[in-house]
Amino acid sequence: MILGLVEHADGRPERLSLEMLTLAGRLGATTGEPVHAVLFGQGAREATGQLGGQRAALAHVVESHQLAVFAPVAWAAAIEQLMAAHAPSIVMAAGSDRGNEVMAHVAARTDLPLAANVMDATPGEPFRLTRQRWAGSLLEDAVLDAPTKLLTVAPHAVAIDEAAGAGAAAAAPAIEPFAPTLTDDDLRVAVVRRLEPDRSGVSLTDAKVVVGGGRGVGSPEGFSELEELAELLGAAVGVSRVVTSSGWRPHSQQIGQTGLRIAPDLYIACGISGAIQHIVGAKAAKRILAINTDPDAPIMSIADYAVIGDLHQVVPAISAEIRRVTGR
Amino acid sequence: MNILVCVKRVPATGGRITLTPDGRDIDTRYLGFTVSPHEECGVEEAVRIVEAQGGSSTVLTLGPEVATEQLRDAMAIGIDQAVLLETDGADWDPLATAGAIVDAIRTLEAEGGPFDLILFGNEAADTGDFQVGVRVATALGRPFVAGIKGIDAGDGRVVARREFGGGWEVFELPQPAVLGVKEGLNLPRYPSVPGRLRAKKKEIVRMSPAPRPGGPTKERLRLPQSDESTVEVIGTGPEAAPAVVALLTRLGVLGR
Amino acid sequence: MSSLPGQAKVVVIGAGIVGSSMAYHLARLGWRDIVLIEKGMLPNPGGSTGHASNFIFLTDHGKEMAAFTMDSARQYRELGVYDETGGIEVARTPERMEELKRRMASSTSWGVEGSRLLTPAEVKAMVPFIDETVILGGFYTPGVGIVDSLQAGTLMRQKAQEMGALTIAASVEVTGVDVEAGRVRRVHTDQGTIEAEVVVIACGVWSPRIAQMAGASIPLTPAVHQMIDIGPVPMFSNATKEVGYPIVRDMDTNMYERQHGNGFEIGSYAHRAILMDADDIPSIAASALSPTMLPFTQEDFDPQLEDALELFPEIVGDESVGVKLAINGLLSLTPDGNPIIGETPEVKGLWSVAAVWIKEAPGIAKTVAEWMTSGEPEIDPHGSDIARFYDHHKTAQHIAARTIEGYNKTYGIVHPSEQWESNRPVRLSPFYAREKELGAMFFEAAGWERPHWYESNRPLLDEFGDRVIPREAEWESRWWSPIINAEHLAMRDRVGIVDLSAFVIFDVTGPGACEYLERLAVNKVDVAPGRTVYTPLLNSAGGILADLTIMRLAHDRFRVVTGGGMGMRDKKIFTDQLPADGTAQLHDVTNQWTTIGVWGPRARDVVGSVTSADMSHAAFPFLTSQNVDINGVRTLASRISYVGELGWEIYVPIEQGLRVWDALWEAGKPHGMAPVGIGTYAVTARLEKGYRAHGNELELDFDLVEAGMARRSVKDRDFIGRAAYLEQRSRPPAAILSTLTLDDPTSSSGVRRYMLGREPILTPDGEPLVDAKGRRSFVTSAGSGPSVGKHILMAYLPPECAKEGTKLVVEYFGERYPVTVDVAGSTPLFDPENARIRS
Repeated sequence: MILGLVEHADGRPERLSLEMLTLAGRLGATTGEPVHAVLFGQGAREATGQLGGQRAALAHVVESHQLAVFAPVAWAAAIEQLMAAHAPSIVMAAGSDRGNEVMAHVAARTDLPLAANVMDATPGEPFRLTRQRWAGSLLEDAVLDAPTKLLTVAPHAVAIDEAAGAGAAAAAPAIEPFAPTLTDDDLRVAVVRRLEPDRSGVSLTDAKVVVGGGRGVGSPEGFSELEELAELLGAAVGVSRVVTSSGWRPHSQQIGQTGLRIAPDLYIACGISGAIQHIVGAKAAKRILAINTDPDAPIMSIADYAVIGDLHQVVPAISAEIRRVTGR
Repeated sequence: MNILVCVKRVPATGGRITLTPDGRDIDTRYLGFTVSPHEECGVEEAVRIVEAQGGSSTVLTLGPEVATEQLRDAMAIGIDQAVLLETDGADWDPLATAGAIVDAIRTLEAEGGPFDLILFGNEAADTGDFQVGVRVATALGRPFVAGIKGIDAGDGRVVARREFGGGWEVFELPQPAVLGVKEGLNLPRYPSVPGRLRAKKKEIVRMSPAPRPGGPTKERLRLPQSDESTVEVIGTGPEAAPAVVALLTRLGVLGR
Repeated sequence: MSSLPGQAKVVVIGAGIVGSSMAYHLARLGWRDIVLIEKGMLPNPGGSTGHASNFIFLTDHGKEMAAFTMDSARQYRELGVYDETGGIEVARTPERMEELKRRMASSTSWGVEGSRLLTPAEVKAMVPFIDETVILGGFYTPGVGIVDSLQAGTLMRQKAQEMGALTIAASVEVTGVDVEAGRVRRVHTDQGTIEAEVVVIACGVWSPRIAQMAGASIPLTPAVHQMIDIGPVPMFSNATKEVGYPIVRDMDTNMYERQHGNGFEIGSYAHRAILMDADDIPSIAASALSPTMLPFTQEDFDPQLEDALELFPEIVGDESVGVKLAINGLLSLTPDGNPIIGETPEVKGLWSVAAVWIKEAPGIAKTVAEWMTSGEPEIDPHGSDIARFYDHHKTAQHIAARTIEGYNKTYGIVHPSEQWESNRPVRLSPFYAREKELGAMFFEAAGWERPHWYESNRPLLDEFGDRVIPREAEWESRWWSPIINAEHLAMRDRVGIVDLSAFVIFDVTGPGACEYLERLAVNKVDVAPGRTVYTPLLNSAGGILADLTIMRLAHDRFRVVTGGGMGMRDKKIFTDQLPADGTAQLHDVTNQWTTIGVWGPRARDVVGSVTSADMSHAAFPFLTSQNVDINGVRTLASRISYVGELGWEIYVPIEQGLRVWDALWEAGKPHGMAPVGIGTYAVTARLEKGYRAHGNELELDFDLVEAGMARRSVKDRDFIGRAAYLEQRSRPPAAILSTLTLDDPTSSSGVRRYMLGREPILTPDGEPLVDAKGRRSFVTSAGSGPSVGKHILMAYLPPECAKEGTKLVVEYFGERYPVTVDVAGSTPLFDPENARIRS
């Protein structure tokens, strides 16, 4: 059996978890093992209903009242107990903040090795895998030697297997409630309160369009033009590292190796030269439009479209044209 | 407060990573070395907390002799003392690294009292294993949270927060605690010249750990397939706006 | 994004400040169809220009470098990218303070305006953040400034484009250079091939690699220069100017410091020289910052931080001021510190333009463009000519050794006679072992170890007593010995033997040999076989290129003899003019022949005693040559003199050289023959005779009339520069080369001081002498004249001053010494009738 931790929100499985399940299904097809999902907390059952076609045969749903809030150690303890009960050959999670954290706890508790940010694996002896280093700027081929293989799956490295879902006609996995035994120590670390996001804007990780700004924006004030365009497109604003280290914008908007990975339909990179540390966070975008004065900037090597020019002239012109065309 | 910050020496990579001919390592001949931005923030945070509350800060790394450069960089910012767990420069997997750090912490704490707070970078810049801090915390029986971008420490408690889903999750941990911190925690300062000169003269505590292998075994490194695209220049200057809007329409992102 | 034409008149490789300046100057001089290839991106291609400190200190002890620098400053100023902040070189030691006085003199010699010495308090007034108690004074030049070299390059390219002369191809990497029949033909790149008539290599640290593609050598090496940028400095928070304070060079610590905006830049040449191979420079893609901005190596810089802290405690010691940027920047270093410019000797049509610093880049680009266009550069580039190098100079070992040794001389106090220590000995004469036994003090010339004087001659000091001119000051007695004077006197009284192995010798043969040489030489070489001709060579503008001797050995056979220092450059001048029809050939026989000089009143007695040949004046007159058998060796003896004495240069097959030396040595004993070093041959004896030397008196910017070398008539046959020479003869000269002597060497502190050359000559009131062409008077050569009992100086003087008996002054280490014009023109001070050489 292969066990996969599925994260969910608002009753829907997270995209990165679906990517993880796609890889889990592939590995299971190779080894002939079923895939089990494990989901925690409120909305877990509802989310399970969305897992049809993801080859998950069974969903372990942990609905303990103790786990109403995120508690990484408790999650890990529950997974450890599921491992003891079902002896999975592989335990996986998405390479998300939570996925990596929970799996690290699992690894620490079981004293097993953990391969983080895996892109692909070949079960067998030895168990081979390819994982990301440097946030994906570099790949590592490695061998994992452990009685149970612990993996997290690199974000946006696996395309969600939509076709498999259609064929299985949305047969949702059976639900098996699981009640782990948790100690006080397991619950010592838990979210004590949440500061809800400002819902007025679009979240960077969910946005279909992201307007990015780099050194070329020039100043904190320079972002007003980008915000105007983002507003018109229903887009989120992201930035490169130089912008946050200059203190122009908060770090929460940083895209790249030490910030967020985004995968929008369109990324509009304005005044961004395209350092590798930024590109690893943006390259999962379906299309990239670069607006830059330098036709030879590195961003051009991954961009699909380019406008050569000063963003402070080009971006307002685009906004004006959108207004003209849409009548807004 | 007594704070320990753990850092890792990594190459400061450029526009493109170049590998050694055998494909097992990054070609670092022309690269400088640094620590990850997460760890830079950890160092800065430790200095700030000690500046505000008193106590002592220590930086620790596991690596070859040359990694003293990163320890001195941290001391130039204001870290009080440094510990080198000296290796021959070979890769250490996360289990071995965590084991060596745990041993070192026990030794250091036996001599100098407990660390109220231990900071790790959320993940190492190079290997991105996301686990050394958790393993250390687990072995020491201390609470751990990753992804931290805000720390409020004092009175035997640590309030730590991290971004989640566009908002924040707040944790409250008893001391001693271990945190995995992220860039954005603060804006690290540049070292001053007097700081540099002081750091140069400071003693570094050295220990010689023995490795205990147990992680994934690296076979080789390779560069990802090039994402290079053929860029289509759709215009120059503000006159390109209609072409851009046509493109947005074609891509279906000019909604509503 | 760049489009590459299939052919071009000229391809310039590299769009840093040098390549961009080349494109502009070529366009300005009428070149069209210029293609500028750059492998990086514009405007900052990623080479040394992009991280240069960009300041320009105008003063240099060398005339050529000072000229390049001042011309560059002028060009930058005209482009509007030059910010004249002023600059101060500060001294921490008394020795440095003396050096600053010497720099003051060089400023005056080369016409740098406004330079003056400052007290520590005056320095503090200009640079309020300096700790003036650390220094003894400063040397200030108001015209020192900072240039925006990237912007300068952009403007240069724009101007060339506006003239319709230039195509720019950025992000194009050169992958090969084709040479056919010794000529450059085309350049291969990663984006196609360009046919080109001329290719100019202007790619700085990458130059050796590109040259190698064509089979040529540009002997420079990339080396590291460290700098850090600290800030923000509270004191500069209200800085309205990018640079509001003079740049400070902390000479004794090999560092510079400057304010820019609210930051403070500290650079150093004090650390160990860190060299790289051009092939090892990372690609643009693999570089963290740029290919020439390498990771900082902190340990190399730590000692300099202490020095900077000491001088600028208020800024550098401020805990709130952070180190924002620290790099090891790559720049080009050359084995002798000079640029490397000109057509490569290996490949016709392939030119090198390698500057070392931003300060000389546009100046050398202009010079090379003029050179390419007409062969008439305004500034004489001979010290930077790529053809100056011998093969051993092009080896990696030599380049590494000399650049390492030279690196820390960047801000050093370098004595004009200072000898290199590394990579020696290279070339040894057959007599080297004998000379060593005689305690020779060896100086290096063209790689040869040449005795400058012999310790074995120390007893002569007693013999000549008061006639030896002693030197009391340490500076002048450095790289010098009173024995030189004693050797000189022994030669003049009796006879001396001189090792002349450093001569460069070409044999020119063939039916067209005479006509070919006639075209090069000012003086007639179509003389009877056995005659020797001394002649200058000119460029087409009538500037003096070289001076040398040509022996006619047979009707179709000539031997050209020139000095070692410029020998390889002279070889290129000759090779370039060889007739296309192959009727004349040039053979470099330098390494087949060695030369021994024997001169003095008893030279005939010595040479006559080892040969049966008739050495009498009647049988062997002055300026003739004959085969003479000495001790079973057939030699070629040439009766000539550079010391003003009876005697011969004896050319000996190199493997038999020692046999002839030993025979002459034995024969000389009864005549009191002394071994005589180059200190006498090239300095004291030469100056007493008023003989001109290339590089001192003879340079492109002077003509034969001014040099006093115009003969009564001009030969009928055409030669290069003839028309210009005739024009020069038709009008009065703007300056006249004169011989002056020092009236009183006594300084204010009572120490006798003796000038060594390059000092300014001033009116008695201390005003610079400027001739009608705007050239200043300076000492071209200086040295003692033991036989005339005076210290001798040569200088070009405006005609009104070039009158015998005129009283002038020379500035030396901050003091003025009275001098008198003894001779205006070429008449020797010693033996003015030239009786000795014809005796």
